[in-house]
Amino acid sequence: MLRYVFRRLLTAIPTLFVIVTTAFFLIRVAPGGPFNQERGLSPEIKANLDAQFGLGDPLWLQYVHYLGNLLRGNFGPSYNMPDFTVGELFAKGLPISVQLGASALILALLLGSVLGTIAALNQNKLADYSVIALATAGSTIPTFVIAPVIQLLFGLTWKLLPIGGWGDGALINKIGPVLTLALPQIAIVARLMRGSMIESLRSHHIRTARALGLSDWSVVVKHALRGAILPIVSFTGPAAAALLTGSVIVETIFSIPGVGRHFVVAALNRDYTLVMGTVVVIALFTIIFNLIVDLMYAVVDPRVRYD
Amino acid sequence: MLKNMLKATVFATTMALAAGAFLAPAFAEVVYNRGTAAESESVDPHKTSTVYEANILRDLYQGLVMQDQNANLIPGAAESWTVSDDGTVYTFKLRKDGQWSDGSPVTAEDFVFAFRRLEDPATGAEYASMLYPVKGAEDVNTKKGKPEDMGVKAVDANTLEVTLKAPTPYFLEMLTHQATYPVNKASMDKLGADWIKPGNLVSNGAYTLAEWVPNDHMKLVKNPKFWDAASVKIDTVNYIPTEDRSSAMKRFEAGELDSYDDLPTEQLADLKTKFGDQIRVGPYLGTYYYAIKTDKAPWDNVELRNAISMAIDRDFLAEKVWQNSMLPGYSMVPPGIAGYTPAVAKYADMSQIDREDAAKKILEKLGYTPEKPLKMEIRYNTSENHKNTAVAIQEQLKPLGIEVTMVNTDTKTHYSFLEQKGDYDVARAAWIADYKDPETFLGISRKASGNNYSNYNSPQYEAAMDKAAAAGGKPEERMKDLADAERILVDDVGNIPLLYFSYKDIVSPKLQGFVDNVMDVHPSRFISKE
Repeated sequence: MLRYVFRRLLTAIPTLFVIVTTAFFLIRVAPGGPFNQERGLSPEIKANLDAQFGLGDPLWLQYVHYLGNLLRGNFGPSYNMPDFTVGELFAKGLPISVQLGASALILALLLGSVLGTIAALNQNKLADYSVIALATAGSTIPTFVIAPVIQLLFGLTWKLLPIGGWGDGALINKIGPVLTLALPQIAIVARLMRGSMIESLRSHHIRTARALGLSDWSVVVKHALRGAILPIVSFTGPAAAALLTGSVIVETIFSIPGVGRHFVVAALNRDYTLVMGTVVVIALFTIIFNLIVDLMYAVVDPRVRYD
Repeated sequence: MLKNMLKATVFATTMALAAGAFLAPAFAEVVYNRGTAAESESVDPHKTSTVYEANILRDLYQGLVMQDQNANLIPGAAESWTVSDDGTVYTFKLRKDGQWSDGSPVTAEDFVFAFRRLEDPATGAEYASMLYPVKGAEDVNTKKGKPEDMGVKAVDANTLEVTLKAPTPYFLEMLTHQATYPVNKASMDKLGADWIKPGNLVSNGAYTLAEWVPNDHMKLVKNPKFWDAASVKIDTVNYIPTEDRSSAMKRFEAGELDSYDDLPTEQLADLKTKFGDQIRVGPYLGTYYYAIKTDKAPWDNVELRNAISMAIDRDFLAEKVWQNSMLPGYSMVPPGIAGYTPAVAKYADMSQIDREDAAKKILEKLGYTPEKPLKMEIRYNTSENHKNTAVAIQEQLKPLGIEVTMVNTDTKTHYSFLEQKGDYDVARAAWIADYKDPETFLGISRKASGNNYSNYNSPQYEAAMDKAAAAGGKPEERMKDLADAERILVDDVGNIPLLYFSYKDIVSPKLQGFVDNVMDVHPSRFISKE
């Protein structure tokens, strides 16, 4: 098992290298640079700015410098927010995005699994249809609609929650964003769970368990659930990587200072170092969560072994 | 023992709470939650470029001169100044009680350091050109001269002498720009790159920087060392960036924001009904225009450019597309600069129908009809309103025999394409005043300007602008010369001005001193809150 983990982490290094290299050159292909804006700069002033950030050097040299700094854990300065380094921006924003994302993910997994199981056990009955309706609604209504509705109802009409802001991490400020993040995920998990649970309930070993006279509870929770949960586990890997690295829509609407906004804003601003930083962070999260998922298989499914 | 300690704790807590409750009203901290539409880039005056920082830096620092709540020029770190007869030497007397937030005096030497730092190529200041009128400054910035040779001199601790290349009547207005604010050398020497961090930053304005969580808030607290601290009413200003304009309206309604410096224009009519006079919309020094390639056929034909400009229904754009958050514009310099009358296009007092008829005649003469249309490409940067503006113009020009196609790119692509003089016909652009003078709007159409996206090149215009510059010492004559220059530019259709900007604010009735003005300048030190 440990050897497997070690091997997987080793193979992650070339993967990361390829991602970093591709991203580095790809963002440079995009027209314009960090200092193009409404007010045009004179060539001399632009040259001063380029020199300050090493943007005047040949591209290959910039790449070598970047890789060198990256290996030392230095993401470089942000071009558009020169008071901060990219590392500092992540140190401030990432914990916030992770908190919100993790809360939403846990909520989605718990609620989604329960709803999916209830639907599967009551196939083609009212409870099933209700869950399906809810799931369809949850996955089709976009977050940019859900978020303002939550603000309007809970914030303005009932005055239960603040409209926006992080409020130094007060619980009450997290409810709206977490709900908005979780709703579509609950829908996906419920649908996945319903499908795999129906399948699992029809399998031979469940029929055997029922024939042996085990109680319904025991059949569902101890036996059927174990087989049914595998698709949820595979879903969790990429979902965690996506949720934990923040959402641009939710962060913009609720004014949350997470890192989700950097992904889009940095690309639009051609803030090269910040773009690279976000790429590295997302890549790392994806690699790590996929590894965790694979290890989880071994725990959940007795047929899977990594020796 | 434990019980006693518990008792003691409960007692102490109760007492503390009671005392707190009793004392709270007497020392109630006045907090102003000030919403902004975008996050600031930097609190280093020499590294800023946007109006969002301008507001914050105006609270943190004091330049030689400042702006009051009406955007009028007032003394800042300098309490008085004199100008030599030839208009080239400015002598500033710094106020003796001027202090940095660490208690050290603000000296002439601080300004010498700051001005040199702004021009130092190593600083990489985007707004270095704000001091280009100073002798030798441009040379330093373009690596042709030495910082010691710049025309700034500390005569003594309280006297600063600035020598200009040529008389520049708008020099004092330029000094209201944040790029000319001083920075504290001692803290830079001591802390290195960390001098800029909240808690470390030493500033000389009404406030100091206490916290900055990017995209969340920037907390400014009153600076007790500020020379006029006694008249500063607000203790804490929280600048709260709220990019989503609709969310900002809800946050304002819920009382989370006391003011916000933008409005969702598509909701403007509803907002006015709902919030009444809390919505503040009025003329702002900015022009929304289309650059048109004056050196590329067929656009090099003045008549054709004039016909296109004439055919555009600006009233429709202002009312229908922009919901009256913009005003129809017929000149490059917007109204609102004291002593200056903009040169508006000659057809401005014709009715739209007459204009269209006149345009149609010109186009027919040039051989363009709906059956045999002229193709024209409009480029704009991503924004719902820019798109709608282009679509409206497309519809307006179609019956006259001009077939408009549109190219939409993101802001960086758009402006890099313009800057590199790409192959375009017509491109959207805008200009917001850096300082209150027609020069800021007219300078962008000069041959050598990096912002001359129309490639406008007129010897008459250059001569007229030079004449205005030469009249530096005589303000009235200069304004007349500038208007003559603008007349040439507008008649030549060097650009197609479309709209004048408006400021768009929403302001709680609890705030006093938030006065409407053409620069949308609202220093927190003049604002109070009930």
